[in-house]
Amino acid sequence: MAEQTAKRPVSVPVMADLAARGESPEILFWVGCAGAFDDRYKRVTRAFVRILDHVGVNYAVLGKEESCTGDPAKRAGNEFLFQMQAMTNIATLDGYGIKKVVTACPHCFNTIKNEYPALGGEYEVIHHSTFLQQLINEGKVKAEGGESFKGRRITFHDSCYLGRANDIYEAPRAVLEVLDADLVEMKRCKTNGLCCGAGGAQMWKDAEPGNKEVNIERTEEALATLDGAAAVLNNLRGVESNAPAGPGSAKAAGGSVIAVACPFCMTMMADGVKNKEREQDVQVFDLAELIASAEGLNA
Amino acid sequence: MHFSIQNIIFLLVALAGFGLFAWQASRIRANVLVGRDRDMSGHVNERLWKTLLVAFGQQKMFKRLTPAFLHLIVYVGFIVINIEVIEIMVDGLFGTHRFLQFAGPLYSALTGTNEILGALVVLAVVAFWWRRNANVVKRFTGPEMRAWPKMDANIILYVEVVLMAALFLMNTADLKAYQLQGLDLPGAYPVSQFLTGLLPDSVPMLHVLERVGWWAHIVGILLFLNYLPSSKHFHIIMAFPNVYFSRLIPQGQFSNVDSITHEVKAMMDPSYAVPAPATNPDGSAVAPAPFGAKDVDDLAWTNLLNAYSCTECGRCTSVCPANITGKLLSPRKIIMDTRDRMEEKYNAPLIFSPALYGAEAKHDPQEQLDKENHTLLRGYVTPEELWACTTCNACVEACPVNINPLDSIIEMRRFLVLEESAAPNALNAMFSNIENNGAPWAFSPSDRFNWADDLFVADKAAAV
Repeated sequence: MAEQTAKRPVSVPVMADLAARGESPEILFWVGCAGAFDDRYKRVTRAFVRILDHVGVNYAVLGKEESCTGDPAKRAGNEFLFQMQAMTNIATLDGYGIKKVVTACPHCFNTIKNEYPALGGEYEVIHHSTFLQQLINEGKVKAEGGESFKGRRITFHDSCYLGRANDIYEAPRAVLEVLDADLVEMKRCKTNGLCCGAGGAQMWKDAEPGNKEVNIERTEEALATLDGAAAVLNNLRGVESNAPAGPGSAKAAGGSVIAVACPFCMTMMADGVKNKEREQDVQVFDLAELIASAEGLNA
Repeated sequence: MHFSIQNIIFLLVALAGFGLFAWQASRIRANVLVGRDRDMSGHVNERLWKTLLVAFGQQKMFKRLTPAFLHLIVYVGFIVINIEVIEIMVDGLFGTHRFLQFAGPLYSALTGTNEILGALVVLAVVAFWWRRNANVVKRFTGPEMRAWPKMDANIILYVEVVLMAALFLMNTADLKAYQLQGLDLPGAYPVSQFLTGLLPDSVPMLHVLERVGWWAHIVGILLFLNYLPSSKHFHIIMAFPNVYFSRLIPQGQFSNVDSITHEVKAMMDPSYAVPAPATNPDGSAVAPAPFGAKDVDDLAWTNLLNAYSCTECGRCTSVCPANITGKLLSPRKIIMDTRDRMEEKYNAPLIFSPALYGAEAKHDPQEQLDKENHTLLRGYVTPEELWACTTCNACVEACPVNINPLDSIIEMRRFLVLEESAAPNALNAMFSNIENNGAPWAFSPSDRFNWADDLFVADKAAAV
């Protein structure tokens, strides 16, 4: 088990240092603002870097040279600010001769992949869900030696900017499959996935008048799915047959997980779980955290 | 062939019907071309394939099986029964009777299929009517579905029943007249054969009824054709060009604003040569277009084509996270507003009354609307609607005919932000954070790399 494992420090390679030594990395890890500043999502960044370090990927980050991709500005209609950001970032990336970018943020992913080319920035851009799927397929990550998720219930919440925006539905699910957990799908999943409520710059403003917050609607669906699955599984095992699904029923199997692959979804779903007072038995994790944990990389 | 005055009248009626439609179509084309240019050329094979799947094949309808099945009946009925319109045209012009009968068994297959489809269409229309009026489908409600849209939806259903009734009257009367004379009517009539008892036993009367059915069917079709431009039912035509010209790029990719690209490049590189503005025929410079969209003419022509292709089914609105949670935003309303405003400002259809169509009929609360500046933005669509959008693309994904409400929403947001500086305060704070700190939150750029401090990884190789 992981507790006896030795640990070693990770020195994250910074692009400027590599360039000074005349080296160039295979991939650039684009951390994104949430990954760099948001306390919760910093844990995702650190988990992903542990995986990169563990498998020995030749990578680098921009460090303090990174700047917002401009996604929230563009979605909010501030095209001018978006293009300023985009061209500044393109100058930085091109200055280092970057060819391949991996990022854990679907918004950064979409913007760099789809909107930078028109402004002169052409890169191979992959989201960390696809990257993790590749590592698993290559046998570099086995999800062994760490926390076991076997038998625990996990439901994946599709990020709009990964799913509908870029048709990536299978990679995150393939990553979760390696955990040997009970994967359950919400009714509104994949192309029909319901937004967490934070996209389109909603993250930075209050919602317009309505009768509910979007993240509450989505969290209720996720919890009902996890609880409903608990009832179904119990039925299958002959335990508490016909037990009504409800708060606490997910607890029986040792904690369920809402898996996300986006910093904004993370915030919204975590807030939703908190609002529903289900933090005791339902946790929100990013794919990278689940894999790093299952692989026993946390130290 | 009995050439008579009837043929002359038919020729005139047909010319009037098709001529009026051609005139209406040209006015609609002019409306669409009021929009800004957007290059949708090329990729012909890809576009044709998509049109085949999504428009002809109704691919996206099958996300919801019950309406998909009902709609398929009416759609196939529309296509197959209209083969009979060819026969009606020839018969009408040349005085022939059931001219396609030379096809023999094929003619029986055609008339037989038509009758069965006709009966199924009536059943489907009854189901549609019930779904729409018995309050069983939530997406048929909403502020924008009052007044004209509600009436229009039912008119379409009634007209379809009348057209089918005319078809059956024609066939039944014809069949019975033949039977009474001991003759065999060419073709197969699996439905009409059970209806002959409803009609009188007089051959001359049956001839009159056959003519009534025949004329009602073709005149009904011509009238319906000319009703389309005033109706949501126009989708039966516009769905095809709309799907053909829909975007091929990923849904997450928003349009680029070239004029801004030039400005930003010039700011970053003083030697960058901004292209000279276009000139009018008299040599004067064309006034620069505003950033984003305030009115319909600021939208791209594809956005306007979208508006004519909408059948107001509300799939977009029913999956919109903002609408689901009680916000004012309804993607369908944005599209309907665009069409209404276009018809108010430019060419109006034959049936057009602001009281039925207009912003007042569709918006709640009405006092939000700007009555003085009656443009699409503020006169029809309020900032509150636009700011509720999460840009999640659920509406785009849901639309069976590839309408993109998000594209129009973003264009109007651009106008609010870039021309009016009218973003919500919280978003203005986000903008200045990006400008000053390179992040949408108020963090210092010097802290950007702090996440890497004190980072350890389990050394699994050492543990073995």
